[in-house]
Amino acid sequence: MAAPWEVLPILNRARLSASGFKGDPQPRKDIAMPRRLVASAVLIAAVVVLSVRARAQDVARQPGAVYDFDKKGEKPAPAPKRDLTGVWEPATGPSGGVQATGAGAMPSDGKPEHELPFTALGRQTFMAHKPTFGVTQVPSALTNDPMPGCNPQGFPRVVLHNFRTSRIIQTPENVVILYEFNKKWRVIWTDGRQLPKNAEEPTWGEPDPPESRWWGYSVGKWVDDYTFVAESNGFDDRTWLDNAGRPHSDALHVIEQYRRTDRDHLEMTITIDDPKMYTKPWDAVKLRSRLQAPSFDIREMECAPIETEEYNKEFADPAAGLDSGK
Amino acid sequence: MRNKSVRQVAWAFALLIVTMPVWAHHGNAAFDSDKRVTMKGTVTEWFWANPHCFLQFDAKDASGNTVHWVAEGSNPPDMINHGWTKGALKVGDQITVTVIPVKNKKPIGRIAAVVLPSGQTLDGGFGAPAAPKQ
Repeated sequence: MAAPWEVLPILNRARLSASGFKGDPQPRKDIAMPRRLVASAVLIAAVVVLSVRARAQDVARQPGAVYDFDKKGEKPAPAPKRDLTGVWEPATGPSGGVQATGAGAMPSDGKPEHELPFTALGRQTFMAHKPTFGVTQVPSALTNDPMPGCNPQGFPRVVLHNFRTSRIIQTPENVVILYEFNKKWRVIWTDGRQLPKNAEEPTWGEPDPPESRWWGYSVGKWVDDYTFVAESNGFDDRTWLDNAGRPHSDALHVIEQYRRTDRDHLEMTITIDDPKMYTKPWDAVKLRSRLQAPSFDIREMECAPIETEEYNKEFADPAAGLDSGK
Repeated sequence: MRNKSVRQVAWAFALLIVTMPVWAHHGNAAFDSDKRVTMKGTVTEWFWANPHCFLQFDAKDASGNTVHWVAEGSNPPDMINHGWTKGALKVGDQITVTVIPVKNKKPIGRIAAVVLPSGQTLDGGFGAPAAPKQ
């Protein structure tokens, strides 16, 4: 087999041979290209250059984080096949994925249509949680939210609480999502492996021992050229599903669907399936994101204990009446 | 002059919208959400950090006594989206601050608006920044 660097000369030789050239395949002045061929080549080159420039103007921004919003009347190009790569931002803007009062599609607001299908254990666990938002909210001084103090929010809370600008990277083996919120990342395996069979004792198999994870175990596949579906299980049950204290157990199974509707838009749907806490699966988030420029730099949003301590001392504790007489 | 009034009304309306409850980290229960307090003050600290930035300043109360206030903003990425920077304020700056005060009557609140020494007015970084005009 020819090495890659040998192939091009071989192809050149073959082309020249097919065109009737019988000699040394080096460029020679006496091989005149027909004028029409030259004109066509120039025209094609011009079209290519112009379209590349148009696309560059469309997406190029100065380095940094200048958000690209939807524009009236725009007609995005068709979606590329089997490709989620890029920086994605909630289409309504940088705070469009903030779900303060609970999972965006089912906020904890007391409306009957947002009542979750709790099992008895699910309701009991929910009532034992003391979130700072939603129908069961308490002042922050009284919360038992497991996240404050820079503890892991885990998955799926990262997307059910605060889905912010995220970068998706695809490799032959996985889809990697880098989240701005708390600067976290996840790997969704696409190498054909199966989800851990036992969600309560999860492992990818020998020799790895079972280990529940804050971010679970995730596998995914393309169900058509524009729809990627991931499933996750094997979660540490110390996290909450959302900011309103919705519970999950170690039997949690999460289904994520990413549908690329055109080049610039990605629709994300997250479905919660946890038979210990809920009598049936429910859709927690449906969010449309917009592709940002390749130069987009996701800002740092890191939870630093040293800063949190200062914030609590100077602001949060006195606000909650926990200080010693400010 | 009339334009200025219109701008002020528009600004007040915009504040009302952007300070709607989208505070993601910390609940609203401690705050008197319908109330606003506006005062002139002197910056003693501008702390740029996660989970939220906060501003400390001294202001005079009705009796002329100096009161030390603490007011929180949003997280740094959101603050940047709303026009703030880490160097937006420095110790000694004279500012006008509007806060959403806490219910427990302490001099603590959330930033609703700050008029910087330059005259520029910025909100507390909560809520979505407006999309550019089309």
